[in-house]
Amino acid sequence: MKRRGVMKQRDVMKRVRDMLRLMVGQPPYEAYLAHMAHHHPEAAPLTRLEFFRNREQARYGGAGGGKCC
Amino acid sequence: MKHIPWIILALVGAACLAVLAVSRGEPVNALWIVVAAVSSFLVAYRYYALFIARHVMALDGARATPAIYRADGLDYVATDRRVLFGHHFAAIAGAGPLVGPVLAAQMGYLPGTLWIIFGVVLAGAVQDFMVLFISMRRDGRSLGELVRMEMGPVAGTIALAGAFLIMVIILAVLALIVVRALAESPWGMFTVAATIPLALLMGIYTRWIRPGRIGEVSVLGFIGLIAAIVLGQDVAASAFWGPVFTFTPQALCWILIGYGALASLLPVWLLLAPRDYLSTFLKIGAIAALAIGIVVMAPPLRMPALTQFTGGGGPAWSGALFPFLFITIACGAVSGFHALIASGTTPKLIGAETDAPFIGYGAMLMEAFVAIMALVGASILDPGIYFAMNSPAAVLGTDPASAAQAVTAMGFPVSAETLAQTARDVGEHTIVSRTGGAPTLAVAMAEIFAHIAGGSAMKAFWYHFAILFEALFILTAVDAGTRAGRFMLQDLIGLVVPSFRAGTSWVPGVVATALCVASWGFFLYQGVTDPLGGVNTLWPVFGISNQMLAAVALMLSTVVLFRMKRQRYAWVTVVPTAWLLVCTLSAGTLKLLSTDPAVGFLAHAAKFGAALEAGTVLAPAKSMAEMEAIVFNDRVDAGLCALFLAVVLSLLFFTVRTCIAALREERPTVNESPAHMVAAS
Repeated sequence: MKRRGVMKQRDVMKRVRDMLRLMVGQPPYEAYLAHMAHHHPEAAPLTRLEFFRNREQARYGGAGGGKCC
Repeated sequence: MKHIPWIILALVGAACLAVLAVSRGEPVNALWIVVAAVSSFLVAYRYYALFIARHVMALDGARATPAIYRADGLDYVATDRRVLFGHHFAAIAGAGPLVGPVLAAQMGYLPGTLWIIFGVVLAGAVQDFMVLFISMRRDGRSLGELVRMEMGPVAGTIALAGAFLIMVIILAVLALIVVRALAESPWGMFTVAATIPLALLMGIYTRWIRPGRIGEVSVLGFIGLIAAIVLGQDVAASAFWGPVFTFTPQALCWILIGYGALASLLPVWLLLAPRDYLSTFLKIGAIAALAIGIVVMAPPLRMPALTQFTGGGGPAWSGALFPFLFITIACGAVSGFHALIASGTTPKLIGAETDAPFIGYGAMLMEAFVAIMALVGASILDPGIYFAMNSPAAVLGTDPASAAQAVTAMGFPVSAETLAQTARDVGEHTIVSRTGGAPTLAVAMAEIFAHIAGGSAMKAFWYHFAILFEALFILTAVDAGTRAGRFMLQDLIGLVVPSFRAGTSWVPGVVATALCVASWGFFLYQGVTDPLGGVNTLWPVFGISNQMLAAVALMLSTVVLFRMKRQRYAWVTVVPTAWLLVCTLSAGTLKLLSTDPAVGFLAHAAKFGAALEAGTVLAPAKSMAEMEAIVFNDRVDAGLCALFLAVVLSLLFFTVRTCIAALREERPTVNESPAHMVAAS
């Protein structure tokens, strides 16, 4: 019982963290790795840092300012 | 049986609205508004959003979204719906829902409350939800492309040009609000200026010291922000540094224009990204704190339900309740700009079609709640203070005594001492004619936060915290918007001169940036030098343009429903489209042609033009050069209004034509991407 409660709390924490990071344009790196492993196992995935830079550029460098009035 | 709790909730909401509607004179608690709004929103979400999802759109949980069939782990990622809700809400909620309702409070709290509640339920949330649905069924394409796909290339180009113009006006009006909030305020100016070196340090930290640690760097940045606010008090009091950080509106205008150009040319990791972390997290935190603060404090509303300005003649903005209230509160009730967000990153991240009501409709309800809080904030202030802050200097004079006299004459008795004391409480030289909405909201937030933490000794801190919070995300919107505007412009010019598109050389980028900054800079300068304060002129133009974009998005939604052969449900989008067209076309026409110089741009230009010919100077102008500037600005604004009217009327023509063509067809003609089933992929 107690163990499940702890898991749940960790789940919530992860979700909050994911939400805050996605608010500034950073999707979860783990999901990207999972996608690459499943669909493109032959290709070398971006490192965590490269992934960060890639998303930073996508959010702020291009037309998608992603902001409203 | 399952409907009973909802029926009770609906009755509670209706009862609260009834209390608000019938109480006159006796003080009403702000919580009546909050409960009325929240219960209306929940009932609307449970029934109307579900109705639209099931019957109008026929969402299919088994049909794969772009995030599934195009998954790449980068742009297309199936995301938990609660996580995505946060992302979408952070992208749509900005300064608009905070400023518009504050300005609308000049007519009393009731009209704004009703418009926010009914507007969002029937128009704003429907628009966001429909555009998200349309984009989600078309690989997450953007609004301009969607219009092109469903209504043809000409309509697509017109929509794109309209969106660019709206962007220009939004940037100008947002920058103007910052100018109004920071002019002659060394404390505010210092804290906001301090965010630039702070952001640069954060950028260096995420680049070289601890790359990618957003949480860490944001906490450090937040500590820096608080330090800047605390230090700002001493800076403002210092005989040397105080004047260094005191700027006239004109000087601030040039600083902002230079800053906007520079910020969009610097590498994004250095300034834009770190400041966006600060502004995004501060925004979410401050909104949550405001909600808690209002519920804990449960303040009484001091603004009357209706003021005498419902018929027109108000000092903060001109015009009567219809149609001008409905364009003054744009964001929060219905905001066309959201169509760009709902067809931006969100449709690429949504994991299942059945998540769309929660994201599209739900996040907009949340923004309406923010607007309700801003309206509450403005309405808990002494109306005397409200009108002293929001009337132009031309009406009030510049010192507390003349302002108190003018506001008392309006029917809101206030003493010069109250105005002076309020200014001292919040640590400013004066609060007279601090137009633009942001300072008013900051005074209200200081009132609420000081009630919860710190008492009146902390008011000055909380006031500058609120100013910083508003200025920070407005500035982020200004430079992100300048970048976005630059790419829109490159696309538009690229239609005629293909070599102008992005990626060929750096020259088009610099030219487009310069053009974009010059366009919003022109309107900003015009607003700053406007003797009536500028907000008066620019906010209605912004409101009209934003609501027109909403009308365009809803017309696209109508076309899509007709082409899906689901036209029996088209009333869901036709009713709000019709209302927005009535409001914006009549407001636009009045702004253009009204014979009242306070409302009509051309009448104003004619009045000042005639005086100019006669060689007399009319107040508030002080010289012939100012007179010429006023006439010129009026004509530019009139031209802009005419352009917006042309955009919306031509798109109306395309909408009707496309709908009739769709009716003649036997089967659906809609251009959806082929359906992929979740199980099959």
